[in-house]
Amino acid sequence: MQFMLLFSRQGKLRLQKWYVPLSDKEKKKITRELVQTVLARKPKMCSFLEWRDLKIVYKRYASLYFCCAIEDQDNELITLEIIHRYVELLDKYFGSVCELDIIFNFEKAYFILDEFLLGGEAQETSKKNVLKAIEQADLLQEVRHGTNPIH
Amino acid sequence: MPAVSKGDGMRGLAVFISDIRNCKSKEAEIKRINKELANIRSKFKGDKALDGYSKKKYVCKLLFIFLLGHDIDFGHMEAVNLLSSNKYTEKQIGYLFISVLVNSNSELIRLINNAIKNDLSSRNPTFMCLALHCIANVGSREMAEAFASEIPRILVAGDTMDSVKQSAALCLLRLYKTSPDLVLMGEWTSRVVHLLNDQHMGVVTAAISLITCLSQKNPDEFKTCVSLAVSRLSRIVSSASTDLQDYTYYFVPAPWLSCKLLRLLQCYPPPEDGAVKGRLVECLETILNKAQEPPKSKKVQHSNAKNAILFEAISLIIHYDSEPNLLVRACNQLGQFLQHRETNLRYLALESMCTLASSEFSHEAVKTHIETVINALKTERDVSVRQRAADLLYAMCDRSNAKQIVAEMLSYLETADYSIREEMVLKVAILAEKYAVDYSWYVDTILNLIRIAGDYVSEEVWYRVIQIVINRDDVQGYAAKTVFEALQAPACHENMVKVGGYILGEFGNLIAGDPRSSPLVQFNLLHSKFHLCSVPTRALLLSAYIKFINLFPETKATIQEVLRCDSQIRNSDVELQQRAVEYLKLSSIASTDVLATVLEEMPPFPERESSILAKLKKKKGPGAVSVAELEDSKREGGELNGGSDRGPDTAAMAASNASTPSPSADLLGIRSTAPVGAAPTSAGSLLVDVFSETGPAAPTAAVNDDGFLRFVCKNNGVLFENQLLQIGIKSEYRQNLGRMYLFYGNKTSVQFACFTTTVSSPGELQSHILPVFQLQLNVQTKPVEPLVEGGAQIQQVLNIECLTDFSDAPLLNIKFRYGGALQNLTLKLPVTINKFFQPTEMASHDFFQRWKQLSQPQQEAQKIFKANHSMDTEVLKAKLLGLGMALLDNVDPNPENYVCAGVIQTKSQQVGCLLRLEPNAQAQMYRLTLRCSKDSVSRRLCELLAQQF
Repeated sequence: MQFMLLFSRQGKLRLQKWYVPLSDKEKKKITRELVQTVLARKPKMCSFLEWRDLKIVYKRYASLYFCCAIEDQDNELITLEIIHRYVELLDKYFGSVCELDIIFNFEKAYFILDEFLLGGEAQETSKKNVLKAIEQADLLQEVRHGTNPIH
Repeated sequence: MPAVSKGDGMRGLAVFISDIRNCKSKEAEIKRINKELANIRSKFKGDKALDGYSKKKYVCKLLFIFLLGHDIDFGHMEAVNLLSSNKYTEKQIGYLFISVLVNSNSELIRLINNAIKNDLSSRNPTFMCLALHCIANVGSREMAEAFASEIPRILVAGDTMDSVKQSAALCLLRLYKTSPDLVLMGEWTSRVVHLLNDQHMGVVTAAISLITCLSQKNPDEFKTCVSLAVSRLSRIVSSASTDLQDYTYYFVPAPWLSCKLLRLLQCYPPPEDGAVKGRLVECLETILNKAQEPPKSKKVQHSNAKNAILFEAISLIIHYDSEPNLLVRACNQLGQFLQHRETNLRYLALESMCTLASSEFSHEAVKTHIETVINALKTERDVSVRQRAADLLYAMCDRSNAKQIVAEMLSYLETADYSIREEMVLKVAILAEKYAVDYSWYVDTILNLIRIAGDYVSEEVWYRVIQIVINRDDVQGYAAKTVFEALQAPACHENMVKVGGYILGEFGNLIAGDPRSSPLVQFNLLHSKFHLCSVPTRALLLSAYIKFINLFPETKATIQEVLRCDSQIRNSDVELQQRAVEYLKLSSIASTDVLATVLEEMPPFPERESSILAKLKKKKGPGAVSVAELEDSKREGGELNGGSDRGPDTAAMAASNASTPSPSADLLGIRSTAPVGAAPTSAGSLLVDVFSETGPAAPTAAVNDDGFLRFVCKNNGVLFENQLLQIGIKSEYRQNLGRMYLFYGNKTSVQFACFTTTVSSPGELQSHILPVFQLQLNVQTKPVEPLVEGGAQIQQVLNIECLTDFSDAPLLNIKFRYGGALQNLTLKLPVTINKFFQPTEMASHDFFQRWKQLSQPQQEAQKIFKANHSMDTEVLKAKLLGLGMALLDNVDPNPENYVCAGVIQTKSQQVGCLLRLEPNAQAQMYRLTLRCSKDSVSRRLCELLAQQF
């Protein structure tokens, strides 16, 4: 996988993960172009499209679009399920995740993603194992800030 | 789960995010952000030392601002400080900031590397994972230098925790992708391969990505992975859906791992060991069988995961291309998907079937689905699916169904999406030509193409139809008649006018017998379009008119009148004016004989690869053309019977042929000073007139080497000239083959006797380049004579095949008697390694990635030298294009520099080459750097090129 983008129906970028070195300018350009392309597509259309020399795999969950760019020999359907598994992980961690969770806890969204995918490849596909790693990390935090979670 | 600390302690961050969300306008948001940035800056600069918690909070705010799309130019140092915090969350935020924000060239890398080093040796698995994630996310060369040797050790050490192993494997993969030269598996190879046997599925899942990438680059060293992968796959495929516990996904056992295993196997040919192969075939059959079983769940995730494995298995079956039974089963399975209600499956089935169509075992099976595919083209609502359908129709086309497919594609074109029209036009043009049994069908198809989608018909397409008509006598009359009829339409596309002008100018006489298309009617028809056309088309029409004067003397007066009128003879466009003036003069001065000679019918075009095909490949982007396709195109070349092609440059050649009877007559003159391909190919240059032949002659080659060097960046021109003899060259290269036409011109009025030429290869070359020389003169078009009459010119053709890379050029020895004195002359033939370049287009990051891959010192050759010629941008570009590589724009960060990429095609191997030329206008110097996958090539190219600029 070359990169993953999460953006809202209004085209606001919520998360970006790049697995290939690109300049900030280029990243912005790609993001702009892709968000536009994907948002312009109608609901029942196919989840895959060719874009430059990459394949784009995307899926919409409520107000959020999850969009991955993969290479020619990569498998579209399994990428679609990568997206789904990531959504499941977020859902399980936040407890019925919504866009706001990802806005306010963006750093967590990144940490979870890093446990699941690394360098653009699936690192650990077991939901239990990924969440265990995140939980352990959470337990390592200082106890003194025991404030309520913000949703 | 307990949301232990989401946003914990960072109330300030949450407030800030809320503030931003409450901003009513972009301006308000920017104002709020600037306020925050000022606040953070003052905190960072303040005298009071910040505690870790505040640092974490501010760094996190900066990160948020950056992710909103604003530039952040400070805070890096604070983030680096966080790395050495002993509080986990602080460390974690520090790493996150660095992964997202530090680009790989930062000076901070050294500090970061230190922190990473500490965490890697901490033996705390959570810290180790954080450090490894950071390396994998940044993946810079500096990090590779620091850690590439350490990580394999962590990966295979017996006491490493599973989670760390997983991170280490993928971390190494990322480093290998950026700096393959630094990641040396060597002694670790076999232990890494054996990770496929690890009992932890997560470790296998991570490690297999690394193994696949390494196998692609070093298949031999990793080939033991095949049998391990097969047995792992077999265990998964045969397991019950509950066996793998949490690695089962919606009742599908380990779908990600299964796909990765099948992908790994695609790096290798079918296993040689019968038992292994049997087991694998069994797996593939089981996967195909499972597709027929009723689903275990109605959830789309279940079917997606199951089908992901199925498609990967089909890819493997296609890759092997050796099991007819499996191929046909795969095809049937895909056939079912073609009518599936899931758009995604229809899309993938069309895509996958495209590759199946090229296998001899399944081509026929694919063809049985033609009606479904045509239907998809007509009814699919999603353009990307329709495009797949069009691709598949193209792939399944053969002689038996070409007419049907071409007709369907043509009718689809009428409503096709603009985004895919050009490609569709190219495909129709190729199919029509490739499978044309009768050429009138071909002509009809192309004219229809112009009628329906004229704007998308590129030069290549309409050039091609003209070439074919010119090369085939049997279709010329039909073409003239059809184009004449097409031009009757009140509004016809300009491309139709071009084709019409050209064809009627050549073959209008074939339909002139019919009073409805008498010469004057033809002329008036063409001329009625004249004023609506662009300059290049009008230029072409003027040439058609002069040809009319030759074909039909009765039109002479009318045409001369047209030429004479002010709008022509005083046209503000120089090209048009010149043509009008010269044609008018030619028609008034020249005798009928001269006119007939000058305006003789075009000679047939030489055989070449279809440039339409080349264009289609280019459109598809680099890397998209499989070897099979190239092979295919070669085959096509043979099928074209008489069909042939000109590259963009041959427009000019075709043109001068139009006005001069011998195909070689223009060669000594001299349009060749412009490197091939550099001149824009406007139709205006198509019918070059005879008069401009008097352009400045190319400088003569007194010193043999001098002549030689002038041909490095061009293919045509004068190689040698003295008082007696002029030798002109025209050459063309494709893949590892070349053809060189030598033209020997006797400048004297006296006959040369005993004219002989020999081509010899100096020692080294003999074993490399195998010239299949036709050593006698006059082999092709000219009569064979050892005598060259005074003022005459003879032609010799050399066929060249490049077997492997070489440095020395072949030598051409010429002996003849001139007035009794024996003349003996030896010249270096300008056959240089760069002639076998195929240009390679690539994006900036690809370029630099490959550049880095070629970083062994001997792979690079560099020269710094003084400019000997103009440093003008256009001149340089033209030279670099003439070199044969692709000149890449927007790759080098410095716009003054030039970078090029290409692959040298030799019979034995391909040599990838990257070039960078850095001019320094002030110092009038250049620095030239070449990196090639073969060091001798780097050196040779560097030597050759250093003398060109």
